[in-house]
Amino acid sequence: MGTPPRFEVVDGDSGVVLRLMGDWLARETPPGVDDVTASLRQCAGRRLRVDCAALGQWDSVLVSTLRACRAACLDSAMDFDPGDAPDGALRLLALADAVAPHRRPVSVRPGAIRRLLAGEPVIAFVDELLLACNFAGEVVLACGRLVCGRARMRMVDLLWFVQQAGPQALGIVTLISVLVGMILAYLGSVQLQQLGAQIYVADLVALGMVREMAPLMTGVIMAGRTGAAYAAQLGTMQTREEIDAIETLGISPIEFLVLPRMLALVLVMPMLCIYSDVLGILGGAPVAMAMDVSWGQYLAGAQEAVTVTHIATGVAKSLAFGLLIGATGCRAGIRCGRSSEAVGQATTVAVVRAIVWLVIADAAFNIVYQRLGI
Amino acid sequence: MDSAREHIRVAGLEMRYGTRVIQSGLDFTVARGDIFVIMGGSGCGKSTLLKHMIGLYEPVAGEVFYNGVSYQDSGVDARAAMRRRWGITYQAGGLFSAMTLAENVALPLTQYTSLDVASVREMVSYKLALVGLAGFEEYYPSEISGGMQKRAGLARAIALDPEILFFDEPSAGLDPVSSRLLDELIMQMRDVLGVTVVIVTHELASIFAIASNSVYLDAETRTMLDTGSPRELLRSSPHAAVRRFLARGDATAPAGP
Repeated sequence: MGTPPRFEVVDGDSGVVLRLMGDWLARETPPGVDDVTASLRQCAGRRLRVDCAALGQWDSVLVSTLRACRAACLDSAMDFDPGDAPDGALRLLALADAVAPHRRPVSVRPGAIRRLLAGEPVIAFVDELLLACNFAGEVVLACGRLVCGRARMRMVDLLWFVQQAGPQALGIVTLISVLVGMILAYLGSVQLQQLGAQIYVADLVALGMVREMAPLMTGVIMAGRTGAAYAAQLGTMQTREEIDAIETLGISPIEFLVLPRMLALVLVMPMLCIYSDVLGILGGAPVAMAMDVSWGQYLAGAQEAVTVTHIATGVAKSLAFGLLIGATGCRAGIRCGRSSEAVGQATTVAVVRAIVWLVIADAAFNIVYQRLGI
Repeated sequence: MDSAREHIRVAGLEMRYGTRVIQSGLDFTVARGDIFVIMGGSGCGKSTLLKHMIGLYEPVAGEVFYNGVSYQDSGVDARAAMRRRWGITYQAGGLFSAMTLAENVALPLTQYTSLDVASVREMVSYKLALVGLAGFEEYYPSEISGGMQKRAGLARAIALDPEILFFDEPSAGLDPVSSRLLDELIMQMRDVLGVTVVIVTHELASIFAIASNSVYLDAETRTMLDTGSPRELLRSSPHAAVRRFLARGDATAPAGP
């Protein structure tokens, strides 16, 4: 162990003397720079001399303290004399002065209220809306070129994304669907039993799954699973300048990157939805049987309740959800900044927006279905 | 070399990725205060050797000694203590993009010392000034150029006054002027702070400008061919490949003693 670092300020007739004693090493935790400079500022003398006669070992802490003292002297119009400070420390001090400090250009940013009055949130919202329309337009144009067979989309990519979004998602969709079917059955069972109408649990589960829960739950799963993955993939490509490379090769990133991803989701989502319908209804069966509804009665009830129109309403929803998830995920990725933090933000934005849009779209669908009477 | 000047010794090191041998039979010594260059063609394992030296990878065989103590034989605490005496700058800077430059440099200081907030701030300002970035405290890494990011990485590496500075391709992606400024900075650090510097590079200009010692790794034979001062090696290495590398592929480089 070394001697503890200390300092002492003597305000004499011949000027101020700053005496540094002991080992000024970072691991010895020397006195804070604020303490040193504060006691310097109280002095009346107009000249500071550093006295290092009792100084032991030293490292950067000494240099940074000296640097702070010099700045404090400059502030209070005091002369700074490094005195017998170690030669190495003075050389380091000089090296740190070699480049003049940079002054950050001041950007005038008005206060929050002024910005609010100037309509900044509205402008930002409109900008965002225009950008979203722009993106949607580009996607539509790309789809048009795809139909004409002129889009630069690789079939391999499409198949790869279908594989990722479809078969690889079956496990989680299975688990969630069966559980949601059971939850629906439990939800209805208590009420229906009071009326002695347990038999209708089949209708409840079947209609609930087919019209509402299957598209919504697969949507939420795919938003968290695939939408987030798209945002992270494209965001990382943006940080690694891969998207720039695609653009400068004369290929539209929308056609090459966004289209296969969105198409894959749109193709896969209805299938996942129907798969989820079936599993949800099966998931409700054990609960119904526990209420003395037989397997046959349950299946017959479900079969009678569900018509092709019901299935179509759910599938239509899932198609729209696929579009929304793909679009929000890809857009967040394409617009991603160029740092690792930006990729994280893009992923968050993708998932949150996708889920918000899912719920809004679901509500809209239900209103329309209600009006149409289907 | 007498043992008082020996700082790092690599003994019988063998590196592999899975079953693929990258380099084997590496034996060399770095003296205190050396600027030691690890050189060789692309893909010969330069960066991999650096990562073995700083303990990111475990060697298949052999050891690396720091001040005569084997890193591989040391326990977790001893290893951490050794690592604390090193400063490492990575190829792309390795700065944390979610933190300002000041926060980046302050991180090791707040983790390993008990300096108060004002002292840390003053240290950070001094370290940034040392690498020529005074006044850039509040910038995020994405707001500054590649050369500045490397210098900011260096400021973080020297935050704790390391004994050894490791650089992975310091001049990759820098223009000749910035790269020379960085070289000069490395020399000044060595002269003033008295640190030992280990650099991975294939920039000949900077090898001849700053290196006092070096090792040449060969991609063909998967071992080191020669070690010594690059100027000496260019003049009198017994291996044609080393002379050719240092003469930028000029096969008529002087041979023999």
